[in-house]
Amino acid sequence: MMRRMMGIAALLVFAFASGPSAEAQAQAQAQAARTTADRPVVIASKPFGESYLLAEMFAQLLEARGIPVDRRMGLGATEIAFGALRTGAIDVYPEYTGTGLIAILGEPPQPDPAAVFGRVSHEFAARWGVRWLPPLGFENTYAIAVRKETAEREGLRTLSDLARASPRLRAGFTPDFIGREDGLPGLQAAYALRPRSVRPLVQAVKYQALAQGSVDVIDGYSTDGLIDRYTLVVLEDDRGFFPPYEAAALVSARLQRDRPDAVAELTRLSGRLDVAAMRALNRRLEVDGEPVARVAADALRTLGLVGAAARADARPAARAQGLGAYLWERRMTLLRLTGRHLLLVAVSLAAAAAVAVPLGVMLGRARAGAAEGTVRAVGVLQTIPGIALLAFMIPLLGIGTAPALVALFLYSLYPIVRNTYTGVRDASPQATEAAQALGMSPGQVLRHVRLPLAAPAIMAGVRTSAVIAVGTATLAAFIGAGGLGDPIVAGLALSDTRMILSGAIPAALLALVVDAVLAMAERRVRPGGV
Amino acid sequence: MPDTHAVPPTNTADPVLAADDVVKHYGGIAALDGVSLHAAAGECVALVGESGSGKTTLLRCFNRMTEPDAGRVTVEGADAASADAVEMRRRIGYVAQDGGLLPHWTVLRNASLVPWLRGDADAEAKGAAALAWVGMEAAEFGGRWPRELSGGQRQRVAIARALAARPGIVLLDEPFGALDAITRADLQDAFGSLRRGLGITAVLVTHDLHEAALLADRIAVLRRGRIEQVASPETLVRAPATEYVAGLVARSRLGAG
Repeated sequence: MMRRMMGIAALLVFAFASGPSAEAQAQAQAQAARTTADRPVVIASKPFGESYLLAEMFAQLLEARGIPVDRRMGLGATEIAFGALRTGAIDVYPEYTGTGLIAILGEPPQPDPAAVFGRVSHEFAARWGVRWLPPLGFENTYAIAVRKETAEREGLRTLSDLARASPRLRAGFTPDFIGREDGLPGLQAAYALRPRSVRPLVQAVKYQALAQGSVDVIDGYSTDGLIDRYTLVVLEDDRGFFPPYEAAALVSARLQRDRPDAVAELTRLSGRLDVAAMRALNRRLEVDGEPVARVAADALRTLGLVGAAARADARPAARAQGLGAYLWERRMTLLRLTGRHLLLVAVSLAAAAAVAVPLGVMLGRARAGAAEGTVRAVGVLQTIPGIALLAFMIPLLGIGTAPALVALFLYSLYPIVRNTYTGVRDASPQATEAAQALGMSPGQVLRHVRLPLAAPAIMAGVRTSAVIAVGTATLAAFIGAGGLGDPIVAGLALSDTRMILSGAIPAALLALVVDAVLAMAERRVRPGGV
Repeated sequence: MPDTHAVPPTNTADPVLAADDVVKHYGGIAALDGVSLHAAAGECVALVGESGSGKTTLLRCFNRMTEPDAGRVTVEGADAASADAVEMRRRIGYVAQDGGLLPHWTVLRNASLVPWLRGDADAEAKGAAALAWVGMEAAEFGGRWPRELSGGQRQRVAIARALAARPGIVLLDEPFGALDAITRADLQDAFGSLRRGLGITAVLVTHDLHEAALLADRIAVLRRGRIEQVASPETLVRAPATEYVAGLVARSRLGAG
């Protein structure tokens, strides 16, 4: 599962690889000096079901021992979660050794789990003071899966068997897998795999496509709950091609220093979860739609790590409820998230307007070539994918509100700069020329002619930025800034459509309202006579 | 007949506006290639020529909307290049072909622009008075937006705006070019009598020799950045200095009437 998060990691490795570790450690120390031992332990997860579940288990385990906990679930992806850990913004999150080796250290795959664990343990401690606790006891690696009847018909048990039968089979692989060296290209080299066709399929539809017979073989993940549900056969990697991806708790330097008791508690989970247990838990989460908290509590009870009274939730599985009732029940939460969302947008937009309008005005009076160049440079910001821009922020600003505001601010600049620049530049050439010829100073021409005439265009730019920001702000959930992205990210991770909609619907409504309000403002700033 | 000589003019001993050997290049093209022209107090000089002849460029040198590359421009005896351009322009009226009214300002506010820029306490009264001169009573038209006016009405307001601060000089860049024949004749009459009544020195750019003959005391014919001839309308018809001027006069049938 972690692999789906690794696509951009490769692009962004330099974002933290280039950050000097001495600086990070000094920062962590400075933060530690300001805090007390009573500070809650900040527990995070990456945005997929298994990560949520493991993080929730960490959290409940500590809470059961009276250690206060702060949850920052669903952090963007490997580079965001790890960046936050390295800089001390979070204390612990579940990670996979293979991900640490390949995506974070940028090293080639190795086959031996113990060797991989040894390597990442040593390197992470040496470079960043970050500690891998002993693995939890299961691996989550690529699982090449076929339907049961295909396995029986073709006599498939191993990947070598699959290679032999592959000219008769149609493959559906995630785009990520098709391109990765430790994915299809490597697999073809190791096993001489030659499927009749290879179709790129996104994670969300892969299992259904296989179950319906649209494809015959897919790349799953060994702990996916869906493998059980669709009665699939996972083929054995008999040549040991896939590197080991052992799950383990990754612990910040600060937590090791400040809360050795918490680290000791977390270590009690090491070696306690095997693949079968994890797959069953994931199934309750992703297939049956049980709440994370309950699944985590049950798991901890089964392991004998917490007493029977901890966080039991007697409600029926939430997915039996209709969407309307679901939204109504969560109205206060959704209202709070909407308010937070609006705040993120309003603050970043106001700051962007305060910078972009004067910049656009200045450019309107600069040489055309230089002005166009500057506007395009600002436009380049717009082309950075949201999640990547957020990832860039982590080394500078950590996680939470500050990096989200900066990212939204940067995204909001371009439409306002562009509209201000063209609006001021193109404002009635005849009128500006005549005003100047009759003795208006350049400042007067700007104040009395260009700006009033450009006001509707400027406001239209603000409006465009605002609507974009309402959408983009949902990504802020990936770096723990809250807002309506929270239920969207969690819903995507848990395959819970209603949870996704409980964030997406208010976000869409908010965009419409913001657009309508600013359309009104646009009409109001239109000067009379125009 | 000294006024048939192309350069230099000899009958403007104390000119209000003077251009001497003015050169202006755009890229490699000479828009003005050593032009000299004087306008005496109360005189109206028309600049006539084809598109690209340099007539508008020369006009714009007088209020420094264009800066000459070489040569000297004086306004009321003072070197224009060393004057404060903004302050100087407030003493020179200006009318463009399309009027150039500020679309977001009312008619009265447009007409009061220059007095307002000069800080006159009675700016609006001056604007209203100027509107009355051109037949656009402030009581009726003052509160309207420029887009609510006809093209001829807009040009009237533009003329009122140029005259409201009682400048001694007015520059006009094809002010009647976009109007229909009847409206144009009305405005030409209105402007001509106003200018004479107020004793304004004017430079008028036009491509219409009839308009030049009607409004100007002297006509300067420009061609490719040079002056072919500067003369009174009568002299221009009777004794064109060059074949080009003769052709221009013949084509306009100016002598026929």
